[in-house]
Amino acid sequence: MAVAEREHAAVEVVDLARTSLRELNQRLHDLSARPGPRQWRVVNPSGAHAVACGLDADVEVEIDGHVGYYCAGMNKLATVRVHGNASTGIAENMMSGRVEVDGNVSQSAGATGRGGLLVVHGNASSRCGISMKGIDIVVGGSVGHMSAFMAQTGCLVVCGDAGEALGDSIYEARLYVRGEVVSLGADCVEKDMRDEHLAQVRDLLGAAGIDADPAEFRRYGSARQLYTFKIDNAGAY
Amino acid sequence: MCGIVGLFAKSPEIEVRLGEHLAAMLVQMSSRGPDSAGVAVYRSPAPNGSSKLTLFSPDDQERWGAVRDGLCDAFGTCAEPSVRASHAVFVVDADAEEAERWVRANRPDLRVMSAGRVIEIYKETGLPEEFARAFSLDDFQGTHALGHTRMATESRVTTEGSHPFSTGFDLCLVHNGSLSNHNRLRESLRREGIEFQTENDTEVAAGYLAWRLREGASLEQALEGCLDDLDGFYTFAVGTADGFAVLRDPIACKPAVLAETDQWVAMSSEWRAIAVLPGAADAQAWEPEPGVVYAWEKALV
Repeated sequence: MAVAEREHAAVEVVDLARTSLRELNQRLHDLSARPGPRQWRVVNPSGAHAVACGLDADVEVEIDGHVGYYCAGMNKLATVRVHGNASTGIAENMMSGRVEVDGNVSQSAGATGRGGLLVVHGNASSRCGISMKGIDIVVGGSVGHMSAFMAQTGCLVVCGDAGEALGDSIYEARLYVRGEVVSLGADCVEKDMRDEHLAQVRDLLGAAGIDADPAEFRRYGSARQLYTFKIDNAGAY
Repeated sequence: MCGIVGLFAKSPEIEVRLGEHLAAMLVQMSSRGPDSAGVAVYRSPAPNGSSKLTLFSPDDQERWGAVRDGLCDAFGTCAEPSVRASHAVFVVDADAEEAERWVRANRPDLRVMSAGRVIEIYKETGLPEEFARAFSLDDFQGTHALGHTRMATESRVTTEGSHPFSTGFDLCLVHNGSLSNHNRLRESLRREGIEFQTENDTEVAAGYLAWRLREGASLEQALEGCLDDLDGFYTFAVGTADGFAVLRDPIACKPAVLAETDQWVAMSSEWRAIAVLPGAADAQAWEPEPGVVYAWEKALV
């Protein structure tokens, strides 16, 4: 038992300069079928695409360096931390678990995500949370244009500013922004911050480990006037 | 798809190994553009009053000595050309316009890839790795360079359809994306006297920049004009005698990343291509904002 515990406590280090990406991901995927190391450290990612993508096990993966597209995509249960920047589609279609990035992320972060928490400590580029469906996203910096486009459910918390057309064609997702919003997209409006919203922002900031005052945030959501809500407005487009 | 890379040396160490770094970056972008590859290298300025031409011949038995003899007869002394695969670089004792006109008139079978005092353009169909080997990219020293790997969407896979496109003396353009109004724009630019050699959409953007610059716009103004006059998706990198500039369209679907250290400034479609540079792990890296011109320059000529 003691030996097994030691094995499980050991950190499994994978060097992508020596190991193929396919081998790394296969070993991580195997964890959903049979137990193995719970702590992983990936070094030398060098911008590779699809690092730690498709995980389905309660493990922790630390990545030292910048990653390419779709890192931690479709993540389930796992915690993936990127100690660097991430390119297009970090945590896209995440189901559950936690994905955290120390640096900046490129476009479409958390796209179509259905659950779990995505934390970006730097800035996120355009289309952050596009078509999000239940994921919670907390961004320590700012987000680019068309963020939360067609966002369905879940929360996007932005501690900095938001670019053009925030929340265009939004459904039921909640958007909280502390700074300036360049412009709101079609059918997205500012709404009152009630106690339940302050509590929600407090919880999400707490979960993300970001120190900010919930009272400084403003809430945005759907006016529910788009043709998807009101068929009478179909002709307006 | 397509991949773009750019490298601007801030130190002599990078200048002497510019080609080696450029080749490594280009090979990283192979999966984004396996059809063709090309580079524009800014190096060894021609002496005052002289100019430099990069010529391409489709004939792999081309007798470049005969071209040199012709240039000598026309303009006086002319050094031995530097030949790399299907391309040869000539330093001619005349200004670039005269030299280019002579080639077009006397050797219409040759294609002028670039003209100016500093620029050299090499491009060819095939995988980036094969291109880098065939053109001995590792040998190049220089101040800055742009490169492109092509996955063709709008026109044929040929040497002429590869990037970079020269847009005027010492100017070049590489492009990731596709333009949708290039046919109509090509026609209106032709009426302004801009010449096109292919049906390629990027050549139209290059021609547009050449036209705007000819009409007195600064490079920054010409690039900002693209935001109004070009319809489509693009990340552009433009090379000039003393630097390069980067512009993304306002929608910014096409990727770009910029990075800077004390030693270099680099741009690429993806981080993978920058990760191969010395000190990349500690570089300051960021994504260029949509619709914003970024430019780096240094005094050279």
